[in-house]
Amino acid sequence: MTDAAVNQALNADPVLAATPENRVWKKFKRHKSAMVGGFLVAFFVIIALAAPILPIPDPSATDWGAVRKAPSWAHWMGTDEIGRDVMSRMIWGAQASLLAGVMSVGIALMLGVPLGIVAGYFGGWTDAVISRCTEALLAAPFLILAIALAAFLGPSLTNAMIAIGISATPIFIRLTRGQVINVKSEDYVDSALAIGLPTPKILSRYILPNVLPPILVQATLTIATAIIAEASLSFLGLGQQPPAPSWGSMLNTAKNFLNQAPWMAMWPGISIFLVVLGFNLLGDGLRDALDPREH
Amino acid sequence: MLSFLFRRILIALPTILLISIFVFALQKILPGDPLLVLAGEERDPETLAFLREKYRLNDPIWMQYLAWVGNALQGDLGISLRTNQPVTELMAQKLPVTIQLAVMSMIFALVIGIPAGILSAVKKGTATDYVANIVALSGLSIPNFWLGIMLILLVSVKWQLLPASGYVPLSEDFWLSIKTMLMPSFVLGTALAATLMRHTRSSMLTVLSADYVRTARAKGLVERVVILKHALRNALTPIVTLTALLFGELVAGAVLTEQIFTIPGFGKLVVDAVFNRDYAVVQGIVLVTAVGFIFMNLFADAMYYVLNPRLRGQ
Amino acid sequence: MSHLKTAMITALLSATALTASPLMAKDLRIALQSDADVLDPDQSRTFVGRIVYASLCDKLVDITPDLEIIPQLATSWTTSDDGTSITMDLREGVVFHDGTPFNAEAVAANIERSQTMDESRRKSELKSITSTEVTGEYQIKLNLAGADATLLAQLADRAGMMVSPTAAAAAGADFGLNPVCSGPFSFTERVAQDKIVLTKFGDYWNADAINFDSVTFLPIPDTTVRLANLQSGDIDMLERLAATDLGQAEADANIVVDSAVSLGYQGITFNIANGEKGDNPWGNDKRLRQALSYAIDREAINQVVFEGAFAAGNQSFPPTSPWYNADFPVPARDVEKAKALLAEAGYADGIDLEVQVPNTTVPLQLMQVVQSMASDVGINMTITSKEFATLLADQSAGDYTASQIGWSGRVDPDGNNHQFVTTDGGINDSKFSDPKVDELMNAARTAPTVAERKALYDEAMVIMLDELPRLFLYHQKWIWAYNDSMKGFTPYPDGMIRLEGVTWEE
Repeated sequence: MTDAAVNQALNADPVLAATPENRVWKKFKRHKSAMVGGFLVAFFVIIALAAPILPIPDPSATDWGAVRKAPSWAHWMGTDEIGRDVMSRMIWGAQASLLAGVMSVGIALMLGVPLGIVAGYFGGWTDAVISRCTEALLAAPFLILAIALAAFLGPSLTNAMIAIGISATPIFIRLTRGQVINVKSEDYVDSALAIGLPTPKILSRYILPNVLPPILVQATLTIATAIIAEASLSFLGLGQQPPAPSWGSMLNTAKNFLNQAPWMAMWPGISIFLVVLGFNLLGDGLRDALDPREH
Repeated sequence: MLSFLFRRILIALPTILLISIFVFALQKILPGDPLLVLAGEERDPETLAFLREKYRLNDPIWMQYLAWVGNALQGDLGISLRTNQPVTELMAQKLPVTIQLAVMSMIFALVIGIPAGILSAVKKGTATDYVANIVALSGLSIPNFWLGIMLILLVSVKWQLLPASGYVPLSEDFWLSIKTMLMPSFVLGTALAATLMRHTRSSMLTVLSADYVRTARAKGLVERVVILKHALRNALTPIVTLTALLFGELVAGAVLTEQIFTIPGFGKLVVDAVFNRDYAVVQGIVLVTAVGFIFMNLFADAMYYVLNPRLRGQ
Repeated sequence: MSHLKTAMITALLSATALTASPLMAKDLRIALQSDADVLDPDQSRTFVGRIVYASLCDKLVDITPDLEIIPQLATSWTTSDDGTSITMDLREGVVFHDGTPFNAEAVAANIERSQTMDESRRKSELKSITSTEVTGEYQIKLNLAGADATLLAQLADRAGMMVSPTAAAAAGADFGLNPVCSGPFSFTERVAQDKIVLTKFGDYWNADAINFDSVTFLPIPDTTVRLANLQSGDIDMLERLAATDLGQAEADANIVVDSAVSLGYQGITFNIANGEKGDNPWGNDKRLRQALSYAIDREAINQVVFEGAFAAGNQSFPPTSPWYNADFPVPARDVEKAKALLAEAGYADGIDLEVQVPNTTVPLQLMQVVQSMASDVGINMTITSKEFATLLADQSAGDYTASQIGWSGRVDPDGNNHQFVTTDGGINDSKFSDPKVDELMNAARTAPTVAERKALYDEAMVIMLDELPRLFLYHQKWIWAYNDSMKGFTPYPDGMIRLEGVTWEE
């Protein structure tokens, strides 16, 4: 039989066609809430990316005459305390918030995963030192850590991302380390060692791919935490600084106008909620989909 | 059991040391002169120089560190640069507040989270499960400072049902004290309830598919008895340890809630101290919170050990 | 000093006390914007600390809402002809909260403490006093290095607050943990960031004018929450109502809103010669600073950011102050002139400006408006927001080009100017230096009459408005909101809450 014919026969048969990747995707699709999460996230990502081309007013355009106006045809979500269009700031703010979430987790992954792998794989003193440092960082309250770091670096979105990223690193160190210890004792690692593969190859080809799934899940969930953390830091005045828009700093300003202009607080609050919910649902779905125990 | 605990404490010591070093290093990292900040509008160079000497801010950092550690071991964590009050006294004043907030939040979390988790596990796959999951996640996803502000607006300003801020000690006026803490602990509790609910659900699911549960069902026991008497007890084990850990997080993580509701607890104290560059206060609190967290972990491990006989063989 | 006026005021106060109907015992709760720092008048540095002292510690002299000096612990005083000594007659029958009698010895001890205690922040304020002489049990003579027109105003503030010598000697620098003064209320308890509780002092010399059993100060930083507390009745009064909350407060039938223009100002300070960064176009060419001033519409700022509640300003005194130079009213926006100045200075195509701003709501909002206005004339402003601690440090070290900063204001005009613009001024972060200004400022400190002093300040203001080391934008208004059961409250421009004669009628 030719390759094409073999493939055709394989694809036609439902049992044989169920490759691991297919199985995961199918499970994921069946998980309704995960799909909802996925749509929410996709929606905000698309909006954030499309910001420059959407027909919305300049988010920094002030208008003395239209200070704190309620939602109307001219301004669908109303205006803020110096007359800027809230909807426009919301859309551009999506960029800041999503960036904050993704970059912080990116930093945490870049720092945490390698350290976790090293600690888990090599054990001994390396592990002891890394683990003690991780525990020390984990023992300090997450938000306090982020606040102190952001205060040190200076209030700005980039610094907030770095602060949150560093504060979230220990979570990934610990998770990766735990996974690596589990995987280390698997047979295929033993056989790789037996063949005499160099360590970097073992790490990259055998260890890393097998520890990735739970890390992915955690990463998705941590993006949710990071977005809230950025909003919290902005709320305290340490994140994205005006006039650049960010949902957290919009909430910070809005809290002074709750009675006069409640719409200023509503939209950023709802958006943060929806995006974070989206990532949480997504992370949940990923966890269920990747869990080999589920039916 | 004792040797287990002893080993764990031994491992915790270098961690505590690391924390103390890291926390002290904050001083050098954070820009800005604490005395300049505290001087506010009254900048007299002579007095500032004297104060720098008095608080040993001119000494090399390692010397300051050793002095601090030495004092800390004797129970003296320095004084607040802002009010001249001893840090230990400040913390002693705040501790009951933070603990009250933590306990009340925990009660909310347990009362909402555990039944929801059980319900969700039992009705797995149905609409109830789905809805419960969404609600739980919503609790996790709402930024709690936003929830707090919205609640103040509605409950305190519009409906005038509860006080918007402040703190009244339990000993002074029990019901007023509960009323002031009601909203903040609700805000904190709902976030935790979500985590608790999900863990309860997954723990119950594991237990419900276990052999002894099938046996109980096979024996013909009523479903309610099966759940409450056999499954729940075993499902709760990891929950107990989780509660201990969450408690620790609560104490430290209530920062924003305390700011909004003006509750004079640890969270507010440490944030204000970071902004005021009141180093001694920041160091003292982070150290104490971190040590507390480590002991909570130890306690959780010990509880797990006690509740789960299978671990004792190790 | 008008003795008739003093007599009238004293009579009015006693009359209020006598005719007041028997009132219920009331524990007053006042919300502050932030927590006070150490409660020792000699070490204290915050504005809210002074609010607490208004009820806790009496001073030698006090002020009227029109900034005239009136007696408090000192009943009368005479200045020698050459101005080098002041003899004060002190009030008899006054006792400190711990029972120590108040007399000339106590005043001497207080002045010595303020001048010599290492931690004291009041040294520069009392610098002109070289020695004190106790000339009678209730009479003290202050010998001065030279005539000092600012001294009495200093004695109306923390430098003039009298603490119990016995308690001060016993506690030393820790006095603030348990302050003992002689004011209408005595210190009972303090929980940091929670409350400061003062109880009525039965032996107060003016006890009849005090109608509250206790005063509790509660720091509540969030303006919305503060107002919410007032509306729900959990507090009775709050200070510094946000201008944007005015509408809501005034609409509430149970709340009274009162205000007074503050003594201070808010503006932009430029780095003229402080360190390397002082050598920049903005520090070197006053035409650029003037251009920025013309680009700004101060009235519009007042409208947009403060709902018209505050006062636009262009000098270090508000337009309502007697020291204001009326020859230079608040200028209207003049875009053409601003552009012309820029062109003249060689920047017809525009120029950048970096301004550091404290990262709190009002300054950020203010500077965003200014940024927008400046861009209309070609000034491209970048806002660098910094935490207040960092901002102060950078400003003091000269690590800035322009800084948005204000001053809470002092009763004496010297307090709003001298230290900022004289060559060796302690708070001169712009390092502005002009020998003529130095001469005028120092002369104004010793000039014998108000008219002469005003002339000197007017002349100095001409130079300052031309050079613009400080570009003034607005003057805050202290806005109080309180329960309408509270009667008899008088707003003062120094922002203090004086409870004498204030009553509570349900």
